[in-house]
Amino acid sequence: MPQMGESIAEGTVSQWLKQIGDTVERDEPILEISTDKVDAEIPAPSAGIVVEVLVMEGETVEVGTILALIDSEGTGPVESKPEDTVEADDLDGNEQASGLPGVVEAPSLEVTQHLATNQSVEERLRMRSTPVVRKIAAEHGIDLADVLGTGHAGRVTKQDIVTFIASSKVVPEDPLEKTVSNAVGEAVVRSEPSSLWASFYKEVQHPEYPVRSGDHVQSMDKIRQLTAEHMVLAKRVAPHVHSFIEIDFSAVDRIRNASRSRWEAQNAKVTYTAFVAWAVSRLLSDFPMVNSAVSGNNVIYRSNVNLGMAVDLNPGLIVPVVHDADHLGLIGIGNKIIDLAGRARSRKLMPAEIQGATFTITNPGVLGTMVGLPVIPKGTSAILGLGAIEKRVVVVNDEQTDADMVAIRKRSIFSLGYDHRIVDGADAARFLSALKEMLESFPEDA
Amino acid sequence: MNSPCRCFEVRDLGLIEYQEALDLQVSLVQQRREGTIPDTILVLEHPHVITLGSSSNVKHVLLDDFTLKNRGIQLFKVGRGGDVTYHGPGQLVVYPIIDLKPDRKDLHQYLRDLESVLIQVATSFGIKASRDPSGTGVFTGFGKLGAIGVRISSGWITSHGIALNVSTDLDFFQTIIPCGIPNRGVSSLERELGHDISMSSVKECMMQALEEVFYSENNVV
Repeated sequence: MPQMGESIAEGTVSQWLKQIGDTVERDEPILEISTDKVDAEIPAPSAGIVVEVLVMEGETVEVGTILALIDSEGTGPVESKPEDTVEADDLDGNEQASGLPGVVEAPSLEVTQHLATNQSVEERLRMRSTPVVRKIAAEHGIDLADVLGTGHAGRVTKQDIVTFIASSKVVPEDPLEKTVSNAVGEAVVRSEPSSLWASFYKEVQHPEYPVRSGDHVQSMDKIRQLTAEHMVLAKRVAPHVHSFIEIDFSAVDRIRNASRSRWEAQNAKVTYTAFVAWAVSRLLSDFPMVNSAVSGNNVIYRSNVNLGMAVDLNPGLIVPVVHDADHLGLIGIGNKIIDLAGRARSRKLMPAEIQGATFTITNPGVLGTMVGLPVIPKGTSAILGLGAIEKRVVVVNDEQTDADMVAIRKRSIFSLGYDHRIVDGADAARFLSALKEMLESFPEDA
Repeated sequence: MNSPCRCFEVRDLGLIEYQEALDLQVSLVQQRREGTIPDTILVLEHPHVITLGSSSNVKHVLLDDFTLKNRGIQLFKVGRGGDVTYHGPGQLVVYPIIDLKPDRKDLHQYLRDLESVLIQVATSFGIKASRDPSGTGVFTGFGKLGAIGVRISSGWITSHGIALNVSTDLDFFQTIIPCGIPNRGVSSLERELGHDISMSSVKECMMQALEEVFYSENNVV
């Protein structure tokens, strides 16, 4: 975090303009930071490839913190120092004097002449906390002067105020007392620190277990780690409910058989999953809550239909995204799914191709599973699980004689996992029924 | 060599659409970085518009999209610091496109300088305005008189800037929580004075204040 002024002790990374793997030119803006009332672009201190991003968007860090590493090998005569830190001494993008972090010591503050106020410099500086800190203070009705500041020149940092809130929280001594005061409607839990929620929704620590003799211990690879964290968080955030429906694939099969030779000639690959994805993409606009995300006290209804398609990497799982699936035809969706799945397995997906899903489809049925209870990906409101499509004995009605009869039909059980905060059981039932109707009378011209 | 060139150019754009001014700023920042233009200060007014800065909370916009559209208020999310603010006719907006290199590379100093400009303008109309520990900007007893939101582009080039309420219809601020600070009123030069003043006289004072704060000889290090 570069020194952006004498009295500036920290800054918030608002946006990375370059991602890991991107090539940057020297002085090219690499990220944006915000501090108080200012947004600032930070240029790369040298040319190279971004190999590591150490501070996430939204994080606030002190001046001198290393933000990212740039590998400048082969791009310049910097042989003794293959990695250049974007701790950037200043916005000029001047060459770093050294590859070491070299924490910029903020000079002592001599800004009194600019502060036309009766307060002492110390008081003034303490009040000059970042908006984040002031916001937290306002939310909890805290006077910043009461908080011990450990930041630059005694400024109150975010950590200071979070600690302050946590330590000053009034804990009812007697559980009964809490119950009683709850009963009379007093907001006992009003000042529950929001930081607890933040860590509950954002941090995962897996419990450890003793290793037994002969066991083999291996650290999780990146995909496994991300999957593990994601699943824990997704389950923590969304109250999961699942509903099921059985769908007849006779109509889909008729179209598949009739179109097979034509599709082969076009080299088009239209799997059962493609049929389902097409039908879902056409239905989601009628069921906005199924294509949404609960965000704070709001619901974000997504304007796009971006279908995440879970792909088995054996081992591992990745979910590439068919963006704007509602604008693609059946063949377009089919080909896109094959393309994404292929490149997922050969690890050639672009970052954008695994981001932005608004609804997810997973098909454990291809491996013979009868039905699954999939986990709803974080930031979405539903996931559709496809069961095995297999011939079953079913009772059907013969239209000519109006008699019930036993028939052999290709059928599959679909499960919809949904976030009950925004999708109710009846919504899910209506969505599944509409999906069933569409697949069982699949349009010829899709 | 001489001390850094402290010449600057002012462009009075009159009433200009937000997007148009935004595009112009982007282009001027680039030109300033390349050194093909001197420091350039844009003075203008916008039609009704609400802008969200990078630290904006959407909840601080109190109207829904439909009502905003109905009332002819555009909504922009922009790359400047700060929370939500309102611009509209009767509000003097100043966008300095300044190269802060080599001797003015201090964001807080720049913010304080912009506050000085606003305070000087108020003072020249006999209005006592001051800074406030609760946040950047300039305030009177009635509330916020001038707002600040700044962007620094690669190479220490500034854009966005200050908005001073001259004869602004302050009712429009009811549509937002200005700068995310609740329970803090807004004011305008006319509200303070209790009578009409001409925008051109305020522009004149603004030019003088800008010149004094940013370009007077004794500021050159």
